[in-house]
Amino acid sequence: MASVLEIKDLHVEIDGKEILKGVNLTLKQGEIHAVMGPNGTGKSTLAQAIMGHPRYEVTGGEVLLDGESVLDMEVDERAQAGLFLGMQYPSEISGVTNSDFLRSAINAQREEGDEINLMQFIKKLDKNMNYLEMDLDMSTRYLNEGFSGGEKKRNEILQLMMLEPKFGILDEIDSGLDIDALKVVSKGINGLRGDDFGALIITHYQRLLNYITPDNVHVMMQGRVVKSGGKELAERLENEGYDWIKEELGIEDETIGADA
Amino acid sequence: MATDVNEFVINADEVIARAKERGESELLISKKQEALDKIESLEMPKPDKTKLNRWDFFTAAQPVTDSSVYGSLEELPEAVRNLLDIEHTKNIYVQHNNTPAYLQVSDELLDKGVIIENIIEASANHPELVEKYFMTDGVRVDEHKLAAFHTAMLNGGLFVYVPKNVQIEDPVQMVVLHDDEKASLFNHVLIVADEGSELTYVENYLSGVDKSEEQVNIVSEVIAKDNAKVKYGAVDFLAEGFTGYINRRGVTGRDADIDWALGLMNDSHVIYDNTTYLIGDNSQSDLKIVVVGRGEQKMNFTSQIIHYGKDTNGHILKHGVMKDAASSIFNGVGLIKHGATRSDAQQESRVLMLSEKARGDANPILLIDEDDVTAGHAASVGRVDPIQLFYLMSRGISQKEAERLVIHGFLDPVVRALPIESVKNQLREVIEMKVLSK
Repeated sequence: MASVLEIKDLHVEIDGKEILKGVNLTLKQGEIHAVMGPNGTGKSTLAQAIMGHPRYEVTGGEVLLDGESVLDMEVDERAQAGLFLGMQYPSEISGVTNSDFLRSAINAQREEGDEINLMQFIKKLDKNMNYLEMDLDMSTRYLNEGFSGGEKKRNEILQLMMLEPKFGILDEIDSGLDIDALKVVSKGINGLRGDDFGALIITHYQRLLNYITPDNVHVMMQGRVVKSGGKELAERLENEGYDWIKEELGIEDETIGADA
Repeated sequence: MATDVNEFVINADEVIARAKERGESELLISKKQEALDKIESLEMPKPDKTKLNRWDFFTAAQPVTDSSVYGSLEELPEAVRNLLDIEHTKNIYVQHNNTPAYLQVSDELLDKGVIIENIIEASANHPELVEKYFMTDGVRVDEHKLAAFHTAMLNGGLFVYVPKNVQIEDPVQMVVLHDDEKASLFNHVLIVADEGSELTYVENYLSGVDKSEEQVNIVSEVIAKDNAKVKYGAVDFLAEGFTGYINRRGVTGRDADIDWALGLMNDSHVIYDNTTYLIGDNSQSDLKIVVVGRGEQKMNFTSQIIHYGKDTNGHILKHGVMKDAASSIFNGVGLIKHGATRSDAQQESRVLMLSEKARGDANPILLIDEDDVTAGHAASVGRVDPIQLFYLMSRGISQKEAERLVIHGFLDPVVRALPIESVKNQLREVIEMKVLSK
């Protein structure tokens, strides 16, 4: 049965300031949803809060994965339950090689004594790196250290492909990418598309959606989802911008705090 | 009660009588006599930011502790064997407390005139050579009270001489096993790499007892003559309870290199001094230090590179992890003397604190008396970055494992620099054990 990720009336604060003011969204495996919206409307906060970023405090609502409360889980448990967050600004970890890190991450999801066989791991890693047109020597470099913006994003997608989560939440995975890198990243995500993968793609550029066709599109403003629709919504946003939505909903300033 | 414990009485007659009884060389006895003559008038060393008046550097239950010797590599205790790559180990000296317990040197090296002997025998067998370099250009007998005390009490160590243009490919290793609570280590290592020679040397200090209230007062001197290259690796892992003074010093000739990779894992209170004098033009030194402090231990790490020659490069990299209530001072000094034009002094000290009570203090100091130079420093004291942990945990890695990865990663640049694979692995294991221990 397809897994379901439900976000219900989610309220989130950062440093005492409310950013999300009741977000509702349901995502099923097999679906790709895009969350769009101008800057400063709470899109990244949504992604970080679902994964459990330490700076974000959930003050209300719930996030359920197949009916189980994600918010009660530690960050690593969320990942083990099948969530993955592709970060906008991945951390650099000196002294830990990319491949050692990936192997630890894969083994963390497996039972003790059932660790991934080294040859199997290397085969899978090589295959995915080739698919993403990554230099193979990147596996022996320290995790994200000295990587260019594009390399970091590719590396996030590589992790996504290696870990095969139920749901991938991709936070501005397209920002700072040139067109070639954007195509490669899109190829990676499209390759995972299928009955046992769902994605929440956060972006404020329609550009990415030229390469990844979403099943659903949500627009966030003022810390809420204010409009949802199919892929035609993204197309209309590309052609007409956000102003028509603001007009329709009577919103003057779409950023958080503007309505307070 | 703040009793000053540096006042002490040393019985000079006993020291000399004991040295004679043990058949020590005239050279050594005369050095000991010199130290005894001067010790009263000498000052204590003054490591920046650490007060030593409560440290007892002078009480030693036994000046010398005799222990068993080993007939072959197979007879060595397991803890020692684990440090060796038995199949490939060609040149090794094992010291058991204060007893030279095993020595193996390849015929090839002996044929080339390489000398690897315990320091006491070497001072008898090669008096001119030892006298020329022993506590002359590196550490002086009368540098301070602890140097003099070291000389007077000297009871072990190693002498290595590499003749001109001899390049030793296989590392020379010294292992010192301390497994008698009453034993003190007054080891002296003297390495002389003659012109154009090359040497990789690694030493390990390890304990077979949980605790000892004795002394560790170690001096190592490395003399790299013109165009000589010395790589010096060490893993110190002695038990808690000692009072320690550990001084490793280098002196470079023209075009010479001395690279240090030191894993300072002792569980005791220790003052560490690592100074390299870049005397010859175009010489360089790279000093890498990694430290894990735990329990209540107090440590002071003073690392200096002093540039005298032109075009000299000195790079210091220190990474330390402090847990429990351990506290440490990291003093890094890059000193460029007048005339050392086009020299480069760089240093980086990073301290990671794992508990509320742990203390770390990084003091980078650049003293420059020359215009045409480059210099830089970076220092930080902090905790494990919660955003890094979040990143790792978001991939399913547990908090404990994520912390372990971050800490290993933090220390790895130094661990990697150790020249022997088995020693590298040992250091990784020691780090793991110290970091994870409760």
